[in-house]
Amino acid sequence: MDEVVRREIILDNYQHPMHKGLVEDDSYIKKNTNNDSCIDNIDMMMKIKDGVIEDIVFDGEACSICTSATSILIRTLIGKTKEEAEVVLENYQNMIHEIEYDKEILGELNVYDQVYKQPNRKTCALLPSKAAESILKESEK
Amino acid sequence: MNRDDFPILNGDFIYFDNSATTLKPQCVVDKMVDYYSKYTSNIHRGDYDNAIKTNKEYDQVRDLVKDFIHAGDSKEIVFTSGATESLNMIAFGFFKSILKEKDEILLTMSEHASNVLPWQVLERDGCGKVKYIPLDENHELTVENVKKAITSNTKVISIAHISNVVGDIRDIVEIGKICKEKNIYFVVDAAQSVSHIEVDVVSANVSFLAFSGHKMVGPTGVGVLYGKRELLKGMVPLKYGGGMNQSFEIDGSYVLKEAPIKLEAGTPPIAEVIGLGEAIKFIQSIGVSKIHEHEYRLKKYLIDKLKDIPNIVVYNKNSKSGIVAFNIKGVFPQDTSIYLNHYHIAIRAGNHCAKVLKEELNIKNTCRVSLYLYNTKEEVDKLIEVLKNSEDIFKVVI
Repeated sequence: MDEVVRREIILDNYQHPMHKGLVEDDSYIKKNTNNDSCIDNIDMMMKIKDGVIEDIVFDGEACSICTSATSILIRTLIGKTKEEAEVVLENYQNMIHEIEYDKEILGELNVYDQVYKQPNRKTCALLPSKAAESILKESEK
Repeated sequence: MNRDDFPILNGDFIYFDNSATTLKPQCVVDKMVDYYSKYTSNIHRGDYDNAIKTNKEYDQVRDLVKDFIHAGDSKEIVFTSGATESLNMIAFGFFKSILKEKDEILLTMSEHASNVLPWQVLERDGCGKVKYIPLDENHELTVENVKKAITSNTKVISIAHISNVVGDIRDIVEIGKICKEKNIYFVVDAAQSVSHIEVDVVSANVSFLAFSGHKMVGPTGVGVLYGKRELLKGMVPLKYGGGMNQSFEIDGSYVLKEAPIKLEAGTPPIAEVIGLGEAIKFIQSIGVSKIHEHEYRLKKYLIDKLKDIPNIVVYNKNSKSGIVAFNIKGVFPQDTSIYLNHYHIAIRAGNHCAKVLKEELNIKNTCRVSLYLYNTKEEVDKLIEVLKNSEDIFKVVI
């Protein structure tokens, strides 16, 4: 991917993140996640109906990589079934950890395929996927 | 000054994270390596030459610390693992048994976690009530506000000598005087001050004082708890074991040694204590007042230069230590810190463990530059140059 395009997508999602702002609605499951090694801290809320992710919102304080990744991940997951979402998360995490992954299903999330070059930013990129994963787990209860 | 004593500074590296930990001069490292490579032995037990040498090296550090903080007696000096342990010992080893539910513990909103959380836990356990002394418009603590916050229930005032984000220097001599008049215990967290400005526990009427070795060019893993002699007598150990007991019997009876030994169970961090002694000698060879003069001059220079950069917000222009808290408008502090690292400049981004300060500053996270004796005007110039060119920050960090 062209470096300029990559940076533009990340920067746009950092400076104008979508789905930012929590909602007062009990039908959402809410989780806070943060990193021990940095100061990223986000709250994520997800609404799941009949096994499909209907909506996700987030709020918090986080760096450019974490905020933008949250914005893009949310857009990627909305409308997917829980099973499909789990596959996206697994492939996304594999990409960050430099393990084999399916490029096709990650769509715009592919902009983070160079994050592994900055090891201290891997946790930033992974934070929203940790949040989504723990909400999906919670929804099983 | 003294840059040659710090081999880590050879090369393209600017270290501005001194409030987190300071760099170590070679003499401190050598002193510890000497212990490990030439005379390793435990303290207070052996009769052989190396053990005698270790005892001598270890014991003399207590005297060095005593003189360094102007305490009256080396028995008032307890070695701990750091300021955090010291403050926990003060809260749980001393105040837990004497504070009643209505007793008030006065802190400030700019205290470090280790001077807030232990008191909050005490409060939760029904020992005292935590109250915060209001800060002034510069987020600094004034003696006037201390006076106003005191009530007939105030039992303890526990504050940092220098706060670790705002960097204001508190007038502990005046506050100590008030505490003496009103019969209030006075606890001072000196982690950010002891190697930057003069600390005199007697003239400030300090009941207890805490600091860490690693923030004063010494090793990690060692710190100091100072307590007035009669108060240390009443302090209960939080750890029991070897070295600190006089005797113990099968019927469950035991006799402890006197302070400070009863508060130092187990083998202490011997190399670290010896290293701490060398760190004190190093600081004394320069003089704390000279160090403070240097870092405050650099701070003023930095603040002055930052004024020329329109998108920078500084949160503590007025404080008189070497700490500068700032943000680039519209940039998350961690991104700023990663950007500066690209130019080999080490600063800190975050809440700096002062998590209640956000109520005061209305901002959770900041970038912190904390200066020390080896920092130079040229290094500040480099920082300014890099910050001036920060319009392309995202080209670097993304």
